[in-house]
Amino acid sequence: MATIHVDDRDYEVDGADNLLHACLSLGLDIPYFCWHPAMGSVGACRQCAVKQYKNADDTQGMLVMSCMAPVQDDAYISIEDDEAKAFRANVIEWLMINHPHDCPVCEEGGHCHLQDMTVMTGHDSRRYRFRKRTHQNQDLGPFIGHEMNRCITCYRCVRFYQDYAGGGDLGAFGAHDNVYFGRFQEGTLESPFSGNLTEVCPTGVFTDQTHSEHYTRKWDLQFAPSVCHQCAVGCNISPGERYGDIRRIENRYNGEVNHHFLCDRGRFGYGYVNREDRPRVPEWRERQRVDAGPGAAGVVGGTISLEIDDALDRAADGMRNARRVIGIGSPRASLESNHMLRTLVGDTNFSTGIAARELELLVRMNELNTRCGLPSPSLREIESCDAVFVLGEDLINSAARMALAIRQAVNAKGEALAAERGIPSWNAEAVKTLAQEAHHPFFLATPDATELDALAEQTYHAAPDDIARLGFAVAHYIDPEAPCPEALDDATTALASRIAEALMVAQRPLVVSGGSLGTPAVLEAAGNVARALARRTRPGALSLVRREANSTGLSLLGGQSLDWALECLTSGEADGVVILENDLYARADAGQVDTALQRADCIVTLDHQRTATWDKADIGLPAASFAESDGTLVSLEGRAQRFYQVFEPSYIRPETRIRESWRWLNALKVSVERQVMTPLTLDEVTRDMAMTYPALAPAGDAGLSAAYRVHGLRLAREPHRYSGRTAMRANLDVSELRAPQDPDTPFAFSMEGYAGHAEPRREVAFAWAPGWNSPQAWNKFQDEVGGHLRAGDPGVRLLGPLPGDYDYTRTLPARFAARDDQWLAVPQARLFGGDETSARAEPIQARMAETRFTMSRGTAERLRMSPGVPLTFNLGERRLTLPVAISDAWPDGVIGVPDQSGLSLVAPEWGHLEPQEVRA
Amino acid sequence: MTHTSTSAPIATDGFVLHDEDRAAIAHEREHYPHPQAASIEALKIVQKRHGWVPDAAIEAIARELGVPPASIEGVATFYSLIFRQPVGRHVILLCDSSSCFLTDYEALRDAFFAHLGIGFGQTTPDDRFTLLPVCCLGACDRGPALMIGDDTYGPVTPEEIPTLLEGYA
Ligand code: SF4
Ligand code: SF4
Ligand code: FES
Ligand code: FES
Repeated sequence: MATIHVDDRDYEVDGADNLLHACLSLGLDIPYFCWHPAMGSVGACRQCAVKQYKNADDTQGMLVMSCMAPVQDDAYISIEDDEAKAFRANVIEWLMINHPHDCPVCEEGGHCHLQDMTVMTGHDSRRYRFRKRTHQNQDLGPFIGHEMNRCITCYRCVRFYQDYAGGGDLGAFGAHDNVYFGRFQEGTLESPFSGNLTEVCPTGVFTDQTHSEHYTRKWDLQFAPSVCHQCAVGCNISPGERYGDIRRIENRYNGEVNHHFLCDRGRFGYGYVNREDRPRVPEWRERQRVDAGPGAAGVVGGTISLEIDDALDRAADGMRNARRVIGIGSPRASLESNHMLRTLVGDTNFSTGIAARELELLVRMNELNTRCGLPSPSLREIESCDAVFVLGEDLINSAARMALAIRQAVNAKGEALAAERGIPSWNAEAVKTLAQEAHHPFFLATPDATELDALAEQTYHAAPDDIARLGFAVAHYIDPEAPCPEALDDATTALASRIAEALMVAQRPLVVSGGSLGTPAVLEAAGNVARALARRTRPGALSLVRREANSTGLSLLGGQSLDWALECLTSGEADGVVILENDLYARADAGQVDTALQRADCIVTLDHQRTATWDKADIGLPAASFAESDGTLVSLEGRAQRFYQVFEPSYIRPETRIRESWRWLNALKVSVERQVMTPLTLDEVTRDMAMTYPALAPAGDAGLSAAYRVHGLRLAREPHRYSGRTAMRANLDVSELRAPQDPDTPFAFSMEGYAGHAEPRREVAFAWAPGWNSPQAWNKFQDEVGGHLRAGDPGVRLLGPLPGDYDYTRTLPARFAARDDQWLAVPQARLFGGDETSARAEPIQARMAETRFTMSRGTAERLRMSPGVPLTFNLGERRLTLPVAISDAWPDGVIGVPDQSGLSLVAPEWGHLEPQEVRA
Repeated sequence: MTHTSTSAPIATDGFVLHDEDRAAIAHEREHYPHPQAASIEALKIVQKRHGWVPDAAIEAIARELGVPPASIEGVATFYSLIFRQPVGRHVILLCDSSSCFLTDYEALRDAFFAHLGIGFGQTTPDDRFTLLPVCCLGACDRGPALMIGDDTYGPVTPEEIPTLLEGYA
């Protein structure tokens, strides 16, 4: 700690910070551009100048850049000094010389850091009267708009894109007053983190193009604290709504999880919420039963729309008439909705809706997270690990934001080297120059080459079983008690002992694995490594990647597999089914699903998407998406997090009958039991859920109760400048409807309510503070800038290591042996397209690569295949034709099958090639 | 920056590095722990052969060094003596810095404009000369100074221009 005197007041600050960081953390305002809490200082923009004095008697002082000046104990500084103020005013005037006067047509306007800083500096009229330099803009793909004239040359974009996120295709070109930030040639930005440019760039150069399609100013958007539903990482988001559509997704700061950044799947994948073809009223589908045989169509006849009561009555009739009704839940639905379904159908009739082989892995992951002695780290904790071993996960594709965290961990070697030389970690350019290519030890074992390979000390590309064997060997070299796989070759042995040594030497070793390859042995191997480290008392962490937003939650809630459910229906054991937010066709073989659904006499489905499963239902109930509902999800970290409803869909579209799934299911229960309907609130469902499943008990406290108030006020969903409220429904009704009421959360569908930063709160709908309209306003909510929210970061952790000494897994796989006439199909995660819901969003579709079967050069030669040639692959009954891609990394005998490409492959399976395709 | 993207566009527009240049670039690369550091030398090698550095050459160099094209382009556009547009057979660099300014660079400049019929940044129609301003050639004691190709001259008077240029066909 150090004491600094700022404009005659004394403050205690962290002596390791720079002055800018320290002053902003104190809540003092100093304008800045190039500094960023996650990227440190470079001293490029000169905007953050303050006066620093030698001592209390020095009246002269000198100007310093506060972002480049280390805090010194007993330092005297002045922000308000006239010379400092004049200097800052000059700097902004220079920066604005070439900046166009286009705030009214600029999409950054209203959440623009440059606007905020210009106002803060008092630069309110332009003296420059000459030509401004102009640039040509580039088409950067479906996500990011480009308007280079607005650039103030702060270099934040390239520092984020290249240094922080490892992207190679965005650069700074030119020199002096003619610098251009863009791609070498026009084209789609390749980094899966490109969306962060919209928040990192302090001006309107890089803007959210999906937002441009239906633009609304930030102050006219309605927000709620939400959680990304597009993978299991659980990044916190602030979706903004206007006129019943989500208009953009902004990052919501959670100091333990995503902090400042999101991946592009999460940021740009919201379009499914706005789809025109979404079910918005209950539907009843008349069907004529055809005698069921595999492949025969079960549904003939038309669809009619129903009112709520009618729909519930018909559904309840169908369910009452059935002998046995089972429920199929969903890892993309909330704990509350799954719990209500389970309550409706009964414990013994509940399926998680997850394929058996995947569910088995999920359950095992929960066990490993509690029973191997190492904790499951938050992303922030991952960033501080100093040796990383990844087994079987292509993280950019399976948990993108985590890959970004691992990059920071591995690159933090530079900061360690700098610390040895007394260079503070925030001095970004010095650290970078010193670090060059220095990385913490990072080892990566995956079938294919991944984007993180470039950072790795060594990679190992092999079949899933061989990846597992490497892991087992590593565990053995850490602790000889752990079993060693037989017949290891010399290279693998050498690599294993090298990895073991690196993990043992590290202060905080991290082991990462997960379910992407669908291979239990890979998980067990990671578990053995973690146990071995725990036994040798290394304070490491074990992070296990799950696939979907609530995979962890649902596996903790428990239930049967999807295979069980399909079998129940096919065998006639059950003849009624309620399907919750789940497209069975995305998880199981179409033939199998067809048969099961044909046999069912009553199919009730709830979803917010018109899926193949929806089309098979007798009754379809329009469910709320994440944007229209509240609930709890459990992330792969084991963090239970509440997401809050952003808007009430019936306000703008009075004809819609969309309800939260848990609300529908409760109503259905009441109807089936012929009880009297009493209103149910989220708090009641959450409490009941938390009491029912001991593993989920803490999840009951993940969110704010509806009774929470700040100074007696609800929390506002809308900024106080929100305009047009009285007019926005005028086309429907000239009298203004009362704002929707929210019985479930403390948030109001209104600008009335608390929206400030002075009172610490965990759940922030949108970040705003007086003078701070851009995302930089988050500074005001944090204990120190870039730290944690003052009220604590959102979420509660459910998975912690239980004490005890756990034994190693001793069943190890044999070495992978390629077969002559069969090929091992291995699932391949993919960022764009690999997630069911975001794949329905147009911008994501525009960014999806063509799906291909990937194979090694050796395999391709054996098959006489060349890139792009179509190949038909048979897995039992299932067949799929895709073009071939060749990867030098892939092991021979293995074929990569991209997720959601039509084979519903959840685990490796041996398959055949269609004979006519083998041109031997 | 360590990223080498596999999906980077590698359209080459048919530009092929001369074998000798490839070897020379590979040789330069050996001198540094990080291939990026050889960017400038690689650009100079290409410029020496072609007179300037076309876009496609940027990509070729990037592939040769295993770094993203954006980082080569960043270097190429930073240095004003890496030419990104075709130049004449001989590039005249006329110093406009303080010493030369004091020794009447302006008269020399105007004489060049008049003699060649072009301004700064332009090339004579016969592709013989390109005229560029440059700052300090390190020949301040001989101002006003200039360079033609690799040769430095100074002091130069306006009258000497025709004879001086005769040596450059
Ligand atoms: S584009 Fe934006 S982030 Fe990049 S230098 Fe310009 S103002 Fe800064
Ligand atoms: S990493 Fe996952 S949770 Fe985070 S933004 Fe991307 S898709 Fe959403
Ligand atoms: S913020 Fe300090 S110089 Fe840019
Ligand atoms: S000033 Fe012209 S050579 Fe130095």
